[in-house]
Amino acid sequence: MASLVSDTEPPTYLNSTPTDLVRRKKRQSASSAAASSRRNNAASATAGDGDSHAPWRSEKQQRSYSANLIQALQQVRLSSYAAETPYPTAQKRGKAFREAADRALAVSARGRTLWSRAILFNRFKLKFRKQKRPRPAAIPAVITRGSSSSSSGRGTKKRRVTVVKLNKKSIPTVNRKVRVLGRLVPGCKKESVPVILEEATDYIQALEMQVRAMKSLAELLSGSGSGSGSGSGSGSAPPPI
Amino acid sequence: MSGRRSRSRQSSGISEDQINDLIIKLQQLLPELRNSRRSDKVSASRVLQETCSYIRNLHREVDDLSERLSELLANTDTAQAALIRSLLTQ
Repeated sequence: MASLVSDTEPPTYLNSTPTDLVRRKKRQSASSAAASSRRNNAASATAGDGDSHAPWRSEKQQRSYSANLIQALQQVRLSSYAAETPYPTAQKRGKAFREAADRALAVSARGRTLWSRAILFNRFKLKFRKQKRPRPAAIPAVITRGSSSSSSGRGTKKRRVTVVKLNKKSIPTVNRKVRVLGRLVPGCKKESVPVILEEATDYIQALEMQVRAMKSLAELLSGSGSGSGSGSGSGSAPPPI
Repeated sequence: MSGRRSRSRQSSGISEDQINDLIIKLQQLLPELRNSRRSDKVSASRVLQETCSYIRNLHREVDDLSERLSELLANTDTAQAALIRSLLTQ
């Protein structure tokens, strides 16, 4: 996959449309990563335990996200050169950048979560109410499976009680805080409590991955800022993410 | 206890234990509350509070990083962009 990309991309960088590159990169990364990551996703959906953290930490997810991110960044650059003055204010550029990064993140989620769909659909200002219907059907499936596992094991119940205290008195407080949380996660303003909590867990992992990727990218760029662009293999491998 | 659980599940479909499970999962993600999981008792509202502040922190980090990155990318030329791309897709 790497050799294919590095050989064909650079000459056609400025000429071909970004969408072509996105499609090609996505197909390549999807073909290599789709099988394993989808299996991971399916496994996490059924297990519901610590396995749910795996998809966002896997290498392939990271790679697909970074590939999408690069494409999004190039789109931002090209659009900024074409449309506005070459150097708009830093904040506007940063915001457009962040939106592109969020979009790349949402695409990497492959549409399985609410917040990713909300990010993507906000761009086109469409209201896909029909898309939300299948989701509540999926949620009770996950939750009932979790409840069945909890009802079967008495030992897990004991562990749970000692860790988190959730009594009748604190339910309004919890509800209030969950509403606040729902406002932070995109697309969850009007969802029910378990939906917001589940979306929040996924969103936090995705954000962490985004931060890691952008940080390493920034280090790469600032590290090689003075060096000449001498193709690949300059000897410096990217830092382990 | 089991009676309450079954009753609440029939009425609203969302029981406390399920919410409890989700909050525990959330707690395991937070960097601060992860280590003190076994010894202390952490209330649900505290977990939610930490989650909100953590998400705000992450948002702020992403904003700063994206501003920095946009400045950096605006100054590099196409050859360096190709270099970065090849490094990232190894």
